[in-house]
Amino acid sequence: MNSVFRVQVQVRLRPAIYDPQGEAIRRSLAAAGVEGVVSVRQGKLIELEVQAASAAEAEARVRAIAGRVLSNPVLEDHVVEAVGSAPHRTV
Amino acid sequence: MADLRFAVPVFPGTNCEGEVVHALETVAGQKAELVWHQARSLAGFDAAVVPGGFAHGDYLRAGALARFSPVMEPLARMAEAGRPVVGICNGFQILQEAGLLPGAMQRNRSLAYVCRDVWVRAEDCGSPFTVGLEPGEAVRLPVGHAEGNFHLPDDELEMIETANQVIFRYCEPDGGLSEAANPNGSRNHIAGVRNRRGNVAALMPHPDRAYEPLLGGVGGVRLFESLVRWLES
Repeated sequence: MNSVFRVQVQVRLRPAIYDPQGEAIRRSLAAAGVEGVVSVRQGKLIELEVQAASAAEAEARVRAIAGRVLSNPVLEDHVVEAVGSAPHRTV
Repeated sequence: MADLRFAVPVFPGTNCEGEVVHALETVAGQKAELVWHQARSLAGFDAAVVPGGFAHGDYLRAGALARFSPVMEPLARMAEAGRPVVGICNGFQILQEAGLLPGAMQRNRSLAYVCRDVWVRAEDCGSPFTVGLEPGEAVRLPVGHAEGNFHLPDDELEMIETANQVIFRYCEPDGGLSEAANPNGSRNHIAGVRNRRGNVAALMPHPDRAYEPLLGGVGGVRLFESLVRWLES
């Protein structure tokens, strides 16, 4: 029986890419008196619920689209991780 | 040669498509038709101009979702057949996401949406947008974008420079390059590129917002005339 698994994709700018949004956050934190924050990088989290026979299969299915659809490899890196099932969605 | 037919694909969130059609008809004297993004064929069209805007709301990334629209398949075939496929602003981002043009657009370095006139200098003149321009010629055009900061890693940047795929660079009115004249932080001041073959090209500024004096500028006229010249040759 197939289940629905929750898979997360973290998308972040590649290390060499300047992140003006992260830098704006860092400057604002400094202006607000928050000390010790030397770098901020902003990315995004995409959460998918995927119907599959196993968590590994769900993860593989997401991995297939993570690098060419959910992120742009010119600018971004990505990490795919199955984070559990979504039992209320069992089919 | 008269009566070339231009397709102007329209996605949910496209803008200035009317201006593109009007410019192609009045400035270039050709036929142009809007084509909804669900179209599966571009039969009978000689060329395509992908307009600006915010296709599919620019969700995920600018241009990222547009490549799944059905019209992108015949558009890619048109490009493969060597016909001119050009993009303006969001159309540039769409062609990049579709893998038809190199590079990707980052958020502007200033984080601001930049809406002003800029000068761009024609570099390589072997593209549908620049074939009618002199190398080094500077034209004034408006920009309006938040993600126009052209990026490629060093090695790939060098490759497109060596292959003369840069068609426009942001510049001073006299053609000189400066950081102040670069509105978004683009690497190597890049405002427009072409594919290796030369038939696919795009730029971030809007020639479709500067083709008659009433619009505040006529810098776009030479680009629309170039399109026709490219098709005639």
